[in-house]
Amino acid sequence: MMGFQIVVLWSDILIWLLLAAGIGFAVLIARNPPLLAAWRRVGASRVGMASATVLLAFILVGLLDSLHYRPALEGKPGQETRYAVEVLSVLDALATPLRTRNEKTYSEPFATRLYAKETVDVPGQGAVREYPRLKHGGKHLAEREDEVAADAGFTAFRAGVLAFLCWLAVAGLASGAVGRGEAPGTGWQRIWRGETAFAWNAVLVALALMLLVAVPLFWLSGQYHVFGTDKVGQDVLYQILKSVRTGLIIGLVTTLVMLPMAVLLGIVAGYFRGWADDAIQYLYTVLNSIPGVLLIAAAVLMMQVVIDTHPQWFSTAAERADLRLLALCFILGITSWTGLCRLLRGETLKLRELEYIQAAQAFGVSSWRIIVRHILPNLMHIVIIALVMDFSGLVLAEAVLSYVGIGVDPTMTSFGTMINNARMELGREPVVWWSLAAAFAAMFILVLAANLFADAVRDAFDPRA
Amino acid sequence: MLAYIVRRLLYALPILIGVNLITFALFFVVNTPDDMARMQLGVKRVTPEAIEKWKAERGYDKPLLFNGDAAGLAAVTDTVFFRKSARMFVGDFGRAEDGRDIAREIANRMGPSLAIALPTFVLGLFVTVSFALTLAFFRATAFDFWGVVLCVAMMSISGLFYIIGGQYLISKVWRLVPISGFGGGLEAWRFLVLPVLIGVVSGIGSSTRWYRTIFLEEVGKDYVRTARAKGLPETLVFFRHILRNALIPILTGVVVVIPLLFMGSLLTESFFGIPGLGSYTIDAINAQDFAVVRSMVFIGSLLYIVGLILTDISYTLVDPRIRFE
Repeated sequence: MMGFQIVVLWSDILIWLLLAAGIGFAVLIARNPPLLAAWRRVGASRVGMASATVLLAFILVGLLDSLHYRPALEGKPGQETRYAVEVLSVLDALATPLRTRNEKTYSEPFATRLYAKETVDVPGQGAVREYPRLKHGGKHLAEREDEVAADAGFTAFRAGVLAFLCWLAVAGLASGAVGRGEAPGTGWQRIWRGETAFAWNAVLVALALMLLVAVPLFWLSGQYHVFGTDKVGQDVLYQILKSVRTGLIIGLVTTLVMLPMAVLLGIVAGYFRGWADDAIQYLYTVLNSIPGVLLIAAAVLMMQVVIDTHPQWFSTAAERADLRLLALCFILGITSWTGLCRLLRGETLKLRELEYIQAAQAFGVSSWRIIVRHILPNLMHIVIIALVMDFSGLVLAEAVLSYVGIGVDPTMTSFGTMINNARMELGREPVVWWSLAAAFAAMFILVLAANLFADAVRDAFDPRA
Repeated sequence: MLAYIVRRLLYALPILIGVNLITFALFFVVNTPDDMARMQLGVKRVTPEAIEKWKAERGYDKPLLFNGDAAGLAAVTDTVFFRKSARMFVGDFGRAEDGRDIAREIANRMGPSLAIALPTFVLGLFVTVSFALTLAFFRATAFDFWGVVLCVAMMSISGLFYIIGGQYLISKVWRLVPISGFGGGLEAWRFLVLPVLIGVVSGIGSSTRWYRTIFLEEVGKDYVRTARAKGLPETLVFFRHILRNALIPILTGVVVVIPLLFMGSLLTESFFGIPGLGSYTIDAINAQDFAVVRSMVFIGSLLYIVGLILTDISYTLVDPRIRFE
């Protein structure tokens, strides 16, 4: 067993903190009947629960990719252990075959040969121009190169059967839990007749689809490059998996950053009015009147200068990229809190005139206590809606910003950098389409799931709906 | 009315000053001009003399806010803040890294930006409002359901996909129009068709969904029931009553972006090689031309504020209940 040194990046801390906050929030919900009822409504929504299942899978990948370490380098015995400069994550360790089995350059999905011709020395014939065999993709086939379709199909079928068995086990457990204490089989029936309060049928269908895609993909990726390889021969599937974490951090941490500021300032402006209201309104009007992209561009440009002029702050490239990612989250947060702040201010203005608040004031309850006990809980639905609605927009924004050159660090894998690197290749002949297509497809699934989940949450929480 | 507009313009002044202060803080306080010089000059040539020369050439060698060496009024005017930030109020944006006058460059590039943005805006508004109105008309039918599904799917697709996919399919595979570029005169339309089309299509998802919600909100109101009770046919109810009343909330989102059309779209312009303000900004970002980015931030905010004032004025035009006294 090789030794390793745990590396804790700032974004790791934040993402685990976010998870802890989520769990804490869940405990809080369980004690608060109105919020619990609203989440039950989300749980009853089929679309909402199906998309939540998909989102959970993305989050799982992101979390696995948020435990970082540096492997020990092999040295002579007795020497002090040294650690690699490269920072790896648990996901990297799990996907070691994907990460390390690089080809020379582009290769199509399921290809056994490179995309470009090369001069190869063939014994007896001299130098020949041909498409060289891939080092890893389809290696197990040896001379039976033309049997790729049959081989891949058979592997996929086996994996599909395994996926189905896994799914049956999960579905069995779920129906056991639903029909606890009743005749065997009733749980199963109730799930598929849609008689359960929680949308189990949607979750199970989404899970079945995901397993049927993921398990064969996983299995095949051990023998082929399922989504092809990119310019430097890296597996595209691996890049997709790595991009998930970047997207999640941009979508989640940004909201986390802006939330305290928006909530605090919005409530203070609405509750205390007077000069505080004027000052806060002025602040958000000014920030709001700078077009978002330009403010982000200006701030990112300045951040770049700071990072470039202080190389001594970072011991590894991963740390530098990580800090840049976080700075991007902060900048996005600062430019996007104004909308939520205005909403909260308006709602607080309404709430403070209600009788129960006036009664609390008459009893001499302190302002901060009123805010924490009476106003904040009544604003939670707005905050939750804003949180889930912003997520998809931020994931999409990351790709655009990376294209403009003001996104994440170019060395960091993200959907934006993938698209940016791949878009020039459409001009080649024949077209290199797989990298671009895979990035767009993965992003589409993530954003679509987020949008649908956000709709379900909004429908459940918005009192007007 | 005139008094109201004047008052609104006066309100806008402190906001513009705030924007100016923020950009000043971002560009000169967070990073000193020395940092910018080091960045622009690169690592190899950085000597203290080179930095001083770079700063002197661009007028960054003065004190930031207060010049103790100068006498009288010059103590305030002979500073970086006054020369670089405050001068923007009179339209003096200084020079870009390539030595060109930024104000002149902006004036030249507004035309191409508008040539793309204006047709996209008008056509996009027409398409999305009609689509949303149709969906609302057929509300709670299968057509409405699949229309909304289509909208959600379309708004989940990255804007980059529309551009890259459109360029690839229409220009490269079908060879209908040039892939990018811009020309003056009558031939210009060949370059404009594709960016406008892509701009319209990429906006359909989110806008249609939003307008549909607005229409549906109006459909449930009392005056609509009254109109139906009078025996008006449903089409007339929609066009004469619902559409006109729904215009008020639609205007809020729409009028505010009209002045921003001058700014062009960053993505479209840079992908299609259109020499407008959007591609100017992107080039400046990539070349780390701080003066240009600073100017664009200022102009963008100015246009946004103009848009807010226009929104308020348009309210009085469409809604007789609103009067500004």
